[in-house]
Amino acid sequence: MNFQDVIFYIFSAILVASALGVITVRNPVYSALLLVLAFVTCAGLWLLLEAEFLAIALVLVYVGAVMVLFLFVVMMLDINLDRLREGFWKWFPFGALIALAMVIEISMVLMNKYFGLEEMPTPKPHEADYSNTRELGRLIYTEYAYAFELAAVLLLVAMVAAIALTLRHREDKKSPNPSEQVKVRKEDRIRIVTMPSEKKD
Amino acid sequence: MEYIQQQFINIFGAEWGGMFYSVATNMTFILAIVVPLLLGVAYLTFAERKIIAYMQIRVGPNRVTFFGIPWLRGWGQPIADAVKAIMKEIVIPTGANKFLFILAPVLTIMPALAAWAVIPFSPEVVLADINAGLLYILAMTSMGIYGIIIAGWASNSKYAFLGAMRSAAQVVSYELAMGFALVCVLMMSQSLNFGDIVNGQQGDSLLNWYLIPLFPMFLVYLISGVAETNRAPFDVAEGESEIVAGFHVDYSGMAFTVFFLAEYSNMILVATLTSIMFLGGWLPPIDVAPLTLIPGFVWLLLKIAFILFFFLWFRATFPRYRYDQIMRLGWKIFIPITLVWIVILGLIMQLPESTRDVFPLNIWF
Repeated sequence: MNFQDVIFYIFSAILVASALGVITVRNPVYSALLLVLAFVTCAGLWLLLEAEFLAIALVLVYVGAVMVLFLFVVMMLDINLDRLREGFWKWFPFGALIALAMVIEISMVLMNKYFGLEEMPTPKPHEADYSNTRELGRLIYTEYAYAFELAAVLLLVAMVAAIALTLRHREDKKSPNPSEQVKVRKEDRIRIVTMPSEKKD
Repeated sequence: MEYIQQQFINIFGAEWGGMFYSVATNMTFILAIVVPLLLGVAYLTFAERKIIAYMQIRVGPNRVTFFGIPWLRGWGQPIADAVKAIMKEIVIPTGANKFLFILAPVLTIMPALAAWAVIPFSPEVVLADINAGLLYILAMTSMGIYGIIIAGWASNSKYAFLGAMRSAAQVVSYELAMGFALVCVLMMSQSLNFGDIVNGQQGDSLLNWYLIPLFPMFLVYLISGVAETNRAPFDVAEGESEIVAGFHVDYSGMAFTVFFLAEYSNMILVATLTSIMFLGGWLPPIDVAPLTLIPGFVWLLLKIAFILFFFLWFRATFPRYRYDQIMRLGWKIFIPITLVWIVILGLIMQLPESTRDVFPLNIWF
């Protein structure tokens, strides 16, 4: 056991504990924050695997943007815990099935002796000037260009759909138009009248 | 240094000694960055009060001095303020969520300090010379928002909550424009490493700096940086006139001071990043003898001070933006400008070599 192993076990322990917390804690704000903790420790584990681009992208996208909006919504909602727990037994078989599939997948990795995975060579560590980001960029924009473009279009469609679903034009809305406000000149609003001064008598 | 490393190996053994040694040296380097940074924050507040005072034809702090020396009048003010903040009681409101209330300032200062790990101060002096430095900075600055949101929610006060909501929406919006401006920088330098970004601006004079080909991006980045740090004129998150003091209205003593420290160290961070990415970092303005003899660190400090002066100048000059105008500026003006500039840069980079050799494109590409 060396230094990297110690870090790996500490991070994994935090990850497992926080992931358990996400689904067991009663307060939804706490569980959102625990999910953030899970993402950050997961990014730490990916850094140990030399996947620095993925790790930073996870923090940047999920922690920095997605979870912020999530927290934003969770904090504003007044969540009724009893209603949240209503459909538990109805959905339990479905959830159990997914959990079973995940357990099988994990055991295939852990018990590699029985599944012939030990023939897979251990990946070689890269030299110091190897840039993960550069290699990933090269692959995405050359070999997997079409798949990448397709994913991008899919995201764009989702974005347009989200805006189209929520956009409502109201006729009776009273809101100022900033560009027109900025364009206003003195002559549009006031009229300067010159008149002779009055005599005091 | 090697003697100390040998001592570590003697005590902890060959496998662990080296690891503990690198942990210990990194701790020392971190302290060597954080302590001057916090001192810089203290004196930035002093500079702010003095500069704004002179702009408003006042004198500013001019009483507290060291050992009664008359020409140092006012210079003791930040130290006195720090001592006062430490002595004050931290009041925790009854309805507040105690754990998150205490956690919020910690979550604010953590990314503000962690981001400094990848900043190069001169060609050799950098704590972590990682390949994805720019991405790391983006990730760290995007985490700073958690402290503000949690502070607003945990205070259990409507003013604090409104401030947190405003701040969250504002920071998330301006992060996009900021990120796109940085995309332009990395297109120019073709690297995410800050050392490579500065070296890409090396040349005879300041004409080689990215300031000139990326001038609109410089403006977008600087203004987004002001918005990102919730500084005037974008400080609606605090908005004294409508929501008292925004997200930190219920904080007192050192807990408030930690928010304050985070805000100011974020300001210095934005100024440092601007000078590294657009003003050539540690490079002197003209590559001639008297200027090149000055160490690079001094040039970087001068550039940081120059950008910080802008921050203070903005605060003394502009009235606060209205909230919908802030959103409009971020989404409808900055993001289109950055998107257009990315396309223009891409087109220029794809020009054939012979066309690019024609003046003036050849010094940047």
